[in-house]
Amino acid sequence: MKQLFVAAVAALGLTLAAQASAQDFSPAIVFDMGGKFDKSFNEAAFNGAERFTSETGIAYREFEITSSAQREQALRNMARRGATVVVAMGFAQATAVEKVAKEFPDVKFTIIDAVVDLPNVQSVVFKEHEGSFLVGMAAAMASKTGKVGFVGGMDIPLIRNFAAGYVEGAKFVNPDITVYQNMTGTTPAAWNNPGKGNELARSQFDRGADVVYAAAGGTGIGVYQAAKDSGKLAIGVDSNQNYLHPGTMLTSMIKRVDVAVFNAFATAKDGTWKGGTQVLGLAEDGVGYSIDEHNRSLITADMEKRLEAARADIISGKITVTGYSN
Amino acid sequence: MNQSARREDIPGWLTHIVVPGFNLLLAFVLSGILIAVIGENPFRALSLLIKGAFIYGDSLGFTLYYTTNFMFTGLAVSIAFHCGLFNIGGEGQAYVSGLGVALVGLYLGHLPVLIVIPLGIMAAALFGGIWGVIPGYLQAKRGSHVVITTIMFNFIAAALMTYLLVEVLIKPGQQSPESREFAPNIWLPYAHDVMNWFGINMLSTPLNLSFIFAIIVSVLTWGLIWHTRWGYEMRTVGQNPTAAVYAGISTSRNIILAMFLSGAVAGGVGINEIMGIHHRLLLDFTSGFGFVGIAVALMGRNHPFGIFLAALLFGVLFQGGTELSFDMPKVNRDMVVVIQGLVILFSGAMESVFRPHIIRLFVRTRTAIAAPAE
Repeated sequence: MKQLFVAAVAALGLTLAAQASAQDFSPAIVFDMGGKFDKSFNEAAFNGAERFTSETGIAYREFEITSSAQREQALRNMARRGATVVVAMGFAQATAVEKVAKEFPDVKFTIIDAVVDLPNVQSVVFKEHEGSFLVGMAAAMASKTGKVGFVGGMDIPLIRNFAAGYVEGAKFVNPDITVYQNMTGTTPAAWNNPGKGNELARSQFDRGADVVYAAAGGTGIGVYQAAKDSGKLAIGVDSNQNYLHPGTMLTSMIKRVDVAVFNAFATAKDGTWKGGTQVLGLAEDGVGYSIDEHNRSLITADMEKRLEAARADIISGKITVTGYSN
Repeated sequence: MNQSARREDIPGWLTHIVVPGFNLLLAFVLSGILIAVIGENPFRALSLLIKGAFIYGDSLGFTLYYTTNFMFTGLAVSIAFHCGLFNIGGEGQAYVSGLGVALVGLYLGHLPVLIVIPLGIMAAALFGGIWGVIPGYLQAKRGSHVVITTIMFNFIAAALMTYLLVEVLIKPGQQSPESREFAPNIWLPYAHDVMNWFGINMLSTPLNLSFIFAIIVSVLTWGLIWHTRWGYEMRTVGQNPTAAVYAGISTSRNIILAMFLSGAVAGGVGINEIMGIHHRLLLDFTSGFGFVGIAVALMGRNHPFGIFLAALLFGVLFQGGTELSFDMPKVNRDMVVVIQGLVILFSGAMESVFRPHIIRLFVRTRTAIAAPAE
């Protein structure tokens, strides 16, 4: 967080100075199929972009794609219309970014959640498994039944990585713990199916789970509701979702997509933008868990101590979280 | 309604051009009002839509690329429809056809171009056809309603493809569930490449040889439905199964055949997307084109030429709508869907609401003009 924060603050200072020269600076963002109001990944990016606009007064171009052929089209259109930096959201845009970035070597591209190895592409990936490890620990510590659950969105490697880290974390606290895992579906509709999320969470509660972690975009809303209705606990994802149901949201696994997007815009503006790959894990504060006034009472001092210890151990390398690999 | 005029008195241009044109106009007027309500200028929006679909450098290529997909899925729906079947499964059939192309591309991609391209096309048709023929068989032999089974087969297709892409065909070491890229032998030539051979400079677009292929399939479909015994049998089954049986036509055989052909034609989407554009198998490349095909077939009155026009209209709406949301941030992709929905509503679902009124108006005007002369 510190590095990102420093960069953000520095960028902020510079933006004020550079206001006049920024007339031709034109940032752009291409959201993926989930759309910018998915309450999760894309929305975090939208918030980052909005923050940039509110702090600098510079408007950005945006596009939400609806079919796979539009990814390339959207990126190319942004580049052609003079975008200085284009942020592409999601691993699915990797192929399109690779192609378009070669055609427009002077345009800066930042892709989130995937790696594209070109000089004018900045790749930002997160160690979701590390953050999930910590919330898995929290789940295991809060569980009274020794059973916890996981509800994923679409069954893809990215979400399996969340699940794998979560299971590792839970087993780290309690090696005998049972972790129920369900994926919501196999189509992109799985990112936005709160009804099914609700049912999956209920079935896990019925089998004895008392904490459920949702990594499922908009589907998570149903999971959190189920936890509230059954008096059980739920864990949010990507954004800090603790406020949704204070008292039954144990914590949220935060992925700072918003910071990544903001930084891409801000660094491109002040000239410190660099290509290459950034891997944001616990050490970089790219992922983490959230404690705020909504869940303060659920996380005991002892739990927090163990979480902080594990966090330090992961950063120092004493604990390795393997995650999912194919 | 006042049907004083006999049917043959009504000229074709009235029902085939004026009525659809009027419906389209209404849809655009309503869309224009909506755009005005959200605070944008509807006339500027319309001009952006048209420019975005035809005039900007690469826009025509994109429009025709969408048209290609809609032609395939529209034709697929229409073939089944002529046999009295409502094939909702174009999406799944198109999706699975991509698997056929991918298997050829991944494992036989090193073969010479003249072998591997026909092989890929056949694989797409075969896989799409199989995905259509199973519901067809269940309908014909077991009485399971094809609407239900084809919808279910869309989900089975999605589950199958996700499984294969996540577990089996994924290129190792990456997050995105995509296969590796095929050998270039199986890539269909892009329109811009062909144009460049002739020295004409064209911006790169996804438009490829599949478009020509879609036109050929349209002509073949027209020939099949109206000029062969197969087509005649299929239409008979579609219009009156009892009469068909009485005439010695096997309904089950025709249902199975029609569903196979329907699925095979839907497989054209796999050819366009996987062989023509992406050159690799990826998740959800069908993007709902199969469902739009239903509207295209309805609007095109299940006739290949009508389907071409309807597919072109939807191509314009998709591509023009994309450009529109680039230039008018307030018109987001949901707004574009609303406009598309209005067009479907007026031209498809409410198609016959205004028709009797327009015909009556026409008949009255004609009588009024004719009367003083007598």
